[in-house]
Amino acid sequence: MTLIDFLSAALLIAGAIFFLAGTLGLLRFPDVYTRLHALTKADNVGLGLMVVGLAVQAESWAVAGKLLLIWALVLLAGAGVAHLVAGGALQRRIRVWKR
Amino acid sequence: MEALTLLAWIFDGLLGVGLLWLAWQALTSPDLFRAIVLFIAFGLLMALAWVRLEAPDVALAEAAIGAGLTGALLLAAFAKLCSITASEDAKTADGERIYIRLTHYWIPAVTVLLVAVGLGYVVLSLPPYVTGLSVEVAANLKSSGVSNPVTAVLLNFRGYDTLLEMVVLLLALLGVWSLGGSALRREAAPGLVLDTLARVLVPLLLLVAAYLLWVGAHAPGGAFQAGAVLGAAGVLLLLAGWRPHVGLMAWPLRLMLVAGPAAFVVMAAVLYMIEGRLLEFPPAQAGMLILILETAATVSIGVTLAALFLGGNPQNYKDQR
Repeated sequence: MTLIDFLSAALLIAGAIFFLAGTLGLLRFPDVYTRLHALTKADNVGLGLMVVGLAVQAESWAVAGKLLLIWALVLLAGAGVAHLVAGGALQRRIRVWKR
Repeated sequence: MEALTLLAWIFDGLLGVGLLWLAWQALTSPDLFRAIVLFIAFGLLMALAWVRLEAPDVALAEAAIGAGLTGALLLAAFAKLCSITASEDAKTADGERIYIRLTHYWIPAVTVLLVAVGLGYVVLSLPPYVTGLSVEVAANLKSSGVSNPVTAVLLNFRGYDTLLEMVVLLLALLGVWSLGGSALRREAAPGLVLDTLARVLVPLLLLVAAYLLWVGAHAPGGAFQAGAVLGAAGVLLLLAGWRPHVGLMAWPLRLMLVAGPAAFVVMAAVLYMIEGRLLEFPPAQAGMLILILETAATVSIGVTLAALFLGGNPQNYKDQR
């Protein structure tokens, strides 16, 4: 295994941990707003780490660019959809969870 | 390598079990909204299964149409259903209940069971190793005008299949229109985020659709995938509050809807007069003819899907603007 492989493995594992934590949060958090928080953090950071982990293994700059483009699109869609879901929940007067 | 094969087996196993579980949950969930969300998740896993089966063309179509657009259509139908069911929740008589039980559960269950047994029998009676028609397709690929075997089969060797599929899509839209009703209501103003998202994504979606259409000649892609992406752009625009001008809803819309099937029919008629056979392209011009057909089909599929999402009858569009 080369240095690149180690780097890639570390990034992928870190990404997987973020996905695991995000999934756990999505399942266990008490209301829609906190669940969105968990979900988008996992998607944004987790996917980002995965994409970088794969991009360092890419054979050409074009492939790395495509991977980064996928991440950028998911960031855009994730942020937009999270905002819309939260806005919809507020509109329906779903209360924010309090301890 | 041994560990990797084992990992692939575990992944495929989980995928298969997950698909069955999601399908069962989607069918039996009493909450319709939950069932729709489960159906969308099912579509995404199904696309993954197609990737594992090394069928990227089908995977693309499943993700774009099966999960994405069908999901959007189901959610739009659900939104309309919500306003209907509240008033029709009257109690039913005993005889009627038995009738409903029969028509809603037992007849579909028996039909599905028969189909499943039949399919299972067919699958089990297949010889274990068959090449199918792939050898013949590969042998004739040169004369098809494209280098992607899937496109060669869909647009050239079995072009009439695609023609009939386009007609089915058109019939579905005519069915929706004949139900009458009004189009999707415009709710509150879309807000800055949705508006910006639509402005950024729609040009990108158009670019992707054009790319998928072009690349279909030699790699996974083609009219249905490109049309689905175009339809998604339309759905996004409609969600962001855009409504086509009334003048566009009359003949320009209808022209775009029939462009695909009409191009097929006209080409079939012309080729019949020149070559003597329906939809048999001369190899020298096949590539260009397929591109023309696919372009018309992409426009029609995209506009049809967006019109399905809008729903209602175009005659009623004017009243509620």
